[in-house]
Amino acid sequence: MTSRNARLGLVLFFIYLAFYAGFVLLAAFSPETMARTPWGGVNLAIWYGFALIAAALALALVYGALCRPDDDQHPPASTDPNPK
Amino acid sequence: MSHQASTLAVLIFLAMVGLTLGISVYLGRKAKSSAGYFAAHGQIPWLVNGVAFAGDYLSAASFLGICGMIAFYGYDGFLYSIGYLAGWVVALFVVADPMKRLGTFTFADALNARFNSRGIKLAAGVSTLAVSIFYLIPQMVGAGALVRPLLGLPHWMGVVIVGTVVILIVVTAGMVSTTWVQFIKGALLVVFSTVLTVMILNRGFEASPELPPAQTVVTQADGATLINGLPKGIGADDGRIDPVGTISKLPGGLQRTGPLGPLKFFSTLQQSEIVLWKKQQTESSDGSTTVAYAPQPTPGSEILQPGASPTFAGIRSNKFGDKLNFLSLMLALFCGTASLPHILIRYYTVKDQAAARKSTIVGIACIGFFYVLTLYLGLGAMTSGALDPTDSNMAAPLLARSISELLFAVISAIAFTTVLGTVSGLILASAGAVTHDLLESLATVRFTDHQRVRIAKMSSVVVGVVAIVLGILFKELNVSYLVGWAFSVAASANLPALVMLLFWKGTTRQGIIAAVIVGMVSSLAWILLSGDTFASVYGLPKENAPAPFSQPGIVTIPLGFATLVVVSLITQQRRDQVYAKRLSE
Repeated sequence: MTSRNARLGLVLFFIYLAFYAGFVLLAAFSPETMARTPWGGVNLAIWYGFALIAAALALALVYGALCRPDDDQHPPASTDPNPK
Repeated sequence: MSHQASTLAVLIFLAMVGLTLGISVYLGRKAKSSAGYFAAHGQIPWLVNGVAFAGDYLSAASFLGICGMIAFYGYDGFLYSIGYLAGWVVALFVVADPMKRLGTFTFADALNARFNSRGIKLAAGVSTLAVSIFYLIPQMVGAGALVRPLLGLPHWMGVVIVGTVVILIVVTAGMVSTTWVQFIKGALLVVFSTVLTVMILNRGFEASPELPPAQTVVTQADGATLINGLPKGIGADDGRIDPVGTISKLPGGLQRTGPLGPLKFFSTLQQSEIVLWKKQQTESSDGSTTVAYAPQPTPGSEILQPGASPTFAGIRSNKFGDKLNFLSLMLALFCGTASLPHILIRYYTVKDQAAARKSTIVGIACIGFFYVLTLYLGLGAMTSGALDPTDSNMAAPLLARSISELLFAVISAIAFTTVLGTVSGLILASAGAVTHDLLESLATVRFTDHQRVRIAKMSSVVVGVVAIVLGILFKELNVSYLVGWAFSVAASANLPALVMLLFWKGTTRQGIIAAVIVGMVSSLAWILLSGDTFASVYGLPKENAPAPFSQPGIVTIPLGFATLVVVSLITQQRRDQVYAKRLSE
């Protein structure tokens, strides 16, 4: 498991994990921060929630763009255990 | 609330069932081999597979459950949306590539790729079956709950109809038809939720300052029900629950807002006052039960932040133990998606790893977009004036009814196909586990390809019938609890084994078997001994439960990892000793 794609996946995973953990911990331990309305009259809970969804898609696109197809380890030619 | 059956809803529902069955029969001719039955020959285009991911994943719990929870309590339902979506990050970045590379038909394949052990196959097969059945129960209960108000049929008939249709879909063409049903459902769900959201924004808000009266439902000892003091019925003089869901004050004393932008929608609500309904149940000495629903004007700023619902009330408590339940659930949701067997088998339907990645990205886009919409749909339902205070699962369809009857019919029919799509994926995953993992490990002879497909079809029927029976037996159970639990069991049993196999060379066969069994048993036991189960399943006082909080994930997921490491280290040593002994001889 030292392929380039796998390492890239892990890095992106930890970036998202930190972002997600920030949300969960803020919601649990600092509700007053979540209640603030930093921008547009919309509170941080909603902004952060939408940002988490947007970040998942953005990181997924980064992963899709940076993964190299030639880095894939190809499975055996046939996936059918009982070839006809 | 007494809903009248809508002829239009019945017609659209029948048309959709007819369409899905037609597709299944048409595709059935192509899926004769086991590679076709279990994995659609690995030939599903990635775009279709990606939308099918959404169709597979966005279950009744997402569409009906989350919208209902937001409509009743506000932001809290959206916490599920965030957790369910975040789980996909684990699926894409950590699990997708190796699943596709190592496995052929089932989750157990991938786990067993390095060891070729019968024990691993059996343990993983059992955990697949346990998670799938746990997940099936709420889907079937949801089907029954839907059919009652929409088609005017009793609960058990809804369960039987959905069960039968799904068995037909799965038996005719396995993964091929299941994929296309999920594709259609995923696409319809996202498109019509968007339409509904646009209409909500266009309608804007309206203030009705007069506070509606409280409502009561009395169930007498002889079983008769009185609603607001009158016998239950649908006639003009009969008792019925009035629809609720109003805004008592808009900012600046406005009467109506007119069309709103997507952000203005929230900032307006933030400064409004919304009438929520508080439920209170009392039992009197003559054996009757009274459920009272009282209006409660609540500031919007409070509704739009976490912690307003009973499920997540712990967030606002000062005790650390209460917060743990929330942390535990969010962890289980994060880890659970990548461990759900019916999601994992979808990686075998595309041709290579690049296609697996692309379809996951499409899946994340569809699912994420839908979850953004849940917040609009739920809050739209909260203020629609069409809400049924007794049944949160009906929030989304009733919201559609408040806009137009046609939209209501379409949304209801989509809610049905929602159940169909997810249930067929689950039944297929279970049938794969029974045939490919359990029976083939236990059998002394090798099955021919033809036999294998036949056995898979028979197991699909058996699992389907079991699901129907459970769906009828557990009809009183709250749908959303069970889905959260299925995630906890999946994450505790499957994730430690999968992750450690990929990232730790020291993992041994015995370590994997032990982790799967310990994770599964400990999380199931915790759930069965938790306060929520005590209260809602056994009807016992919540305080008597031995488990300190209801969500097991935060304890049982690390326990699975620890078990794997400890058992692997012990068995590694033994293996090394055997080597050393052999060398010295």
